[in-house]
Amino acid sequence: MREFNAILTIAFRDLTKLIRDRIRILAGLVFPVIFIGVLGGSLSANIGKGLGFDFLTFVFTGVFAQVFFQSSAAGVISIIQDREEDFSQELFVAPVSRYSIVFGKILGETMVAAVQIAGIFIFGLILGVVFSIKIFLLLILAGLFASFLGGAFGVFVLANVGSQRTMAQIFPFVLFPQVFLSGVFAPVENFPPILAFLSKIAPLTYAVDLVRYAYYSGSPELSKVTAFGVTTDILVMLTLFFIFLFAGTILFVRKERNR
Amino acid sequence: MNPIIEVKNLVKRYKKADENAVDGISFSVAEGEFFAFLGPNGAGKTTTISILTTTLAKTAGFVKIAGFELDKNEKEIRQSIGVIFQNPSLDKNLTGEENIRFHASLYGLHPFRPFYALMPDEYKKRVAELSRVVGIEKYIFKPIKSYSGGMKRKLEIVRGLMHNPRVLFLDEPTTGLDPLSRKNVWSYLQDVRKKENTTIFLTTHYLEEAESADHVCIINHGRIVAYGTPRDISHEKSLEDAYLEIITNEYARV
Repeated sequence: MREFNAILTIAFRDLTKLIRDRIRILAGLVFPVIFIGVLGGSLSANIGKGLGFDFLTFVFTGVFAQVFFQSSAAGVISIIQDREEDFSQELFVAPVSRYSIVFGKILGETMVAAVQIAGIFIFGLILGVVFSIKIFLLLILAGLFASFLGGAFGVFVLANVGSQRTMAQIFPFVLFPQVFLSGVFAPVENFPPILAFLSKIAPLTYAVDLVRYAYYSGSPELSKVTAFGVTTDILVMLTLFFIFLFAGTILFVRKERNR
Repeated sequence: MNPIIEVKNLVKRYKKADENAVDGISFSVAEGEFFAFLGPNGAGKTTTISILTTTLAKTAGFVKIAGFELDKNEKEIRQSIGVIFQNPSLDKNLTGEENIRFHASLYGLHPFRPFYALMPDEYKKRVAELSRVVGIEKYIFKPIKSYSGGMKRKLEIVRGLMHNPRVLFLDEPTTGLDPLSRKNVWSYLQDVRKKENTTIFLTTHYLEEAESADHVCIINHGRIVAYGTPRDISHEKSLEDAYLEIITNEYARV
């Protein structure tokens, strides 16, 4: 009960901060417009014909997973900012489990991502992406998986990087290749062997695939836009989540204390 | 009486360092005592406090606080102590009250509620009372960004005392405060100590703050160079003169 309370406390701090940060909300809403509308739109106009599925919808589902994953990962990494502002001391002397601190952070950033997702839904509706209530709920569920995985991935990256400066240099390199490898903009099934291999070790790939299963379930295009199967996706994501969470937390705590 | 803080042969060597930052120190502090831990910059004061407050791993030695061993019961130690850090550790994006609420929920004093209005009356009363005592009641619902250095310190002290810690660690708590704020903070801390029998573990560069301590411990280069009551140490002089003499002699010897 104590730990649950701590998780909520830490999570809501992030949501409170988001609500006060209008620029960040705006950026969160504009980001998907750029990815889906500008990048997706231009690709769709040039190569989106004759695929057997609607390219913009395909990109919409990919970006949906990406935003959840990326937003959580980047958000969790803000622990580093807390440290540089000395707030992390308040967290680290608190009588709660280190896992609760990290998981609270992941949950908080998931709520933050959810606010941004509202922007994606609105934009998707404008583009004519339609779905039933059932699919909406499945999408949210798959999005939560993507977000938790992203957050745990963020902890793992965090545990291996020292300062905010290093992080700013490294983070794009661990994130952007994943975005292109994970099938946000092109089905992974047609990748050449090397890229296909790299794609399989990118955690985001399984999040994107799961979201596509949620959106396309029951539709004739399903086999063209998905790759691994729902069970595989969920199993891989859960496994990676726990590995990243536990290994990341242990490494992070050790790095903080064993100076 | 059993000591509330017990430190035996504590050693800390930082990674990549050639010397021990803390080099085998031993001391104990009795419950309710006002203990002043003094020394020049880089003597090992903050290192010691960081180890005692569980945020830094020790290299060797034995530490027991409030009856709990550091190696076995870290969490229980965290629950029994309050810490005022050298650098203010408030969330600048939140209000004063939100910082306090964060702390209270984290320490399990009350179930978490996202809004002040939903918090129990007991909590509201406590916040009102504590903030009135230190004189920040008008600002408690304002963002930290609008706080002066002194107000931040006072808020941190209120926060550190919310969970009624048995030991309060203060790492240079009055640095940067004007004389009046310092006086207010101290009279409040001494009140708390008398009422709650809270043990105070202080590091400071303002030696007059240590004059009223029960015991003074002076360290230099990670070792204890003097220990005793302020009167024992100062020999009819002011504590400041005695301190300067001890430290200067130390340097002369090295």
